[in-house]
Amino acid sequence: MTLDFTPILPFMIVAGAALALLVLDLFWPVRLKWLTPLLAAASLLAALVVELGQANYLRAGLSNMVIIDNFSVFANAIFICSGIAAIALAYDYIQRTGINHGEYYVLMLFSISGMLLMSTAADLIIVFLALELLSVPLYVLTGFARPRLDSEEAALKYFLLGAFSSGVLLYGIALLYGATSYTSLHGILSAVSRGTADMPLVVVGAAFLLVGVAFKGGVVPFHMWAPDVYQGAPTSVTGFMSVGAKAAGFVALLRIFVVAFPPVAVELTSVMNFLASLTMLIGNIAAIGQRNIKRMLAYSGIAQAGYMLMAFVPFGNKAIINDSVASMIFYLAVYAIASFGAWAVVVAVEQAEGRGLDIDDYAGLGRRYPLLGVAMLIFMLSFIGLPPTLGFWGKFYLFRSVIEGNYIVLALVGMLASLISAYYYLRVVVMMFLHDGANITVRRNWLLSGLVGVSALAVLLLGLMPGPLFQMAADALLRL
Amino acid sequence: MAVPVAYYLALSAVLFVMGALGVLVRRNAIVVFMSLELMFNAANLAFVAFARYYLQLDGQIIVFFVMTVAAAEVAVGLALMVAIFRARHSIDVDQMSILKG
Repeated sequence: MTLDFTPILPFMIVAGAALALLVLDLFWPVRLKWLTPLLAAASLLAALVVELGQANYLRAGLSNMVIIDNFSVFANAIFICSGIAAIALAYDYIQRTGINHGEYYVLMLFSISGMLLMSTAADLIIVFLALELLSVPLYVLTGFARPRLDSEEAALKYFLLGAFSSGVLLYGIALLYGATSYTSLHGILSAVSRGTADMPLVVVGAAFLLVGVAFKGGVVPFHMWAPDVYQGAPTSVTGFMSVGAKAAGFVALLRIFVVAFPPVAVELTSVMNFLASLTMLIGNIAAIGQRNIKRMLAYSGIAQAGYMLMAFVPFGNKAIINDSVASMIFYLAVYAIASFGAWAVVVAVEQAEGRGLDIDDYAGLGRRYPLLGVAMLIFMLSFIGLPPTLGFWGKFYLFRSVIEGNYIVLALVGMLASLISAYYYLRVVVMMFLHDGANITVRRNWLLSGLVGVSALAVLLLGLMPGPLFQMAADALLRL
Repeated sequence: MAVPVAYYLALSAVLFVMGALGVLVRRNAIVVFMSLELMFNAANLAFVAFARYYLQLDGQIIVFFVMTVAAAEVAVGLALMVAIFRARHSIDVDQMSILKG
């Protein structure tokens, strides 16, 4: 019997590059240290090419433990691109903050390989392994700025709560295994539809699973760790975490619920509905009071998780689930682009020893650096969801699929939450253009400027013609 | 005489609840960490009990994976705690309050 590794080829490229770089980085003299990020980016590009080559290539592999479909290809393309963006974000930042160790890129590659595995997981044990492969390097990266106390504290908090959520998730998997005698998504579904499963235990197991992933994704009421961790981690790590880790959790959750749990939709739809509403409202309201821009963006990320969770609510409804999945994954791409742009601005403005991170420090920056100010305006408009930015279309499709599913109250709560969010997003822009402030010198670096420019252009241009990107998302079907 | 699977499950549930309570209540990061391990092993016990009940090997193999992952987490977690202990000579989680707002 031969094993077919093609379904996990992108994962193998990234994980292999990480292992190789871990060793090679030790032997390079200091003047060749730039080779590590370069080769890391090259391996990600190679993985991207392979990944895109797998479009429309539906296949299950490794004894049906993994599955590739257009959904996983689209999600993995987002993960790989966010990895490349994260390298651009980090290159200058970790040099000037004195944490330029090659392991930074290696850990990042390991984390991305976990994400790549996560979106293809067709078995709960792969979900667990991928989640750990994704998280453990992130715990280390969060504490990478040691001996800075806030970084260490954030790392320990993230570690303890992350391990707690893994434990809950694992117990949920154990209960599902006990209830159905399977850990594969299709096995669970077939046991449930044959009626051989213990239904109360399936519901409890599914709920544990939901809580475990909700912790990782920073869903209210399991979000307490997120602002602290986002604030304490090195800013380049925070930017990576706020997109990649969150997205991977949701992608896995979406596949699990849509494939395996439609039979328990009656019990869990209202829970999802409640979590989504609560997350949108609490995230946006808590963001208003923040003075530190990293904390503000952390709460904004929580709120954005709430919007994405809206797409989960109709997971048991076969008629509209495809629309819902498409709008969620489209929103994910939209959020990733605007988010990396905004974090690149934050990294550029940050000064030595963690100064320049208060929103007050942004006073007057828009007048002295008009391009930076306009870019930040574009990102903030996209977060709010105003036209002509891409964020408008993200919210438009998301709300459309929610209304199609007849969850009018949920849609109204989402609109209200977006309205609240306009206040704190626009406050940053107002601060940049309409106030005078201290003379902060913005860091000029071609990688950072490039990242800001490309993201801003993408948000604007794709906002003018969202059709092609949305068509790609609409083709990104889950194979049921 | 075979012990019914329900006994193992009850024990596993008790261990899991003890672990979860320990994480929420205890202050010393090492004890919190031990409580986390208790949660993982509660799940392991459930896996093994179910594997025996269904006469499958799947559940036992999963336990190997979980133990490996738990070992990796121990390495990272203890390293973090040592780094923090060096800096502030305490690993009381209630004193971790630089970050708030």
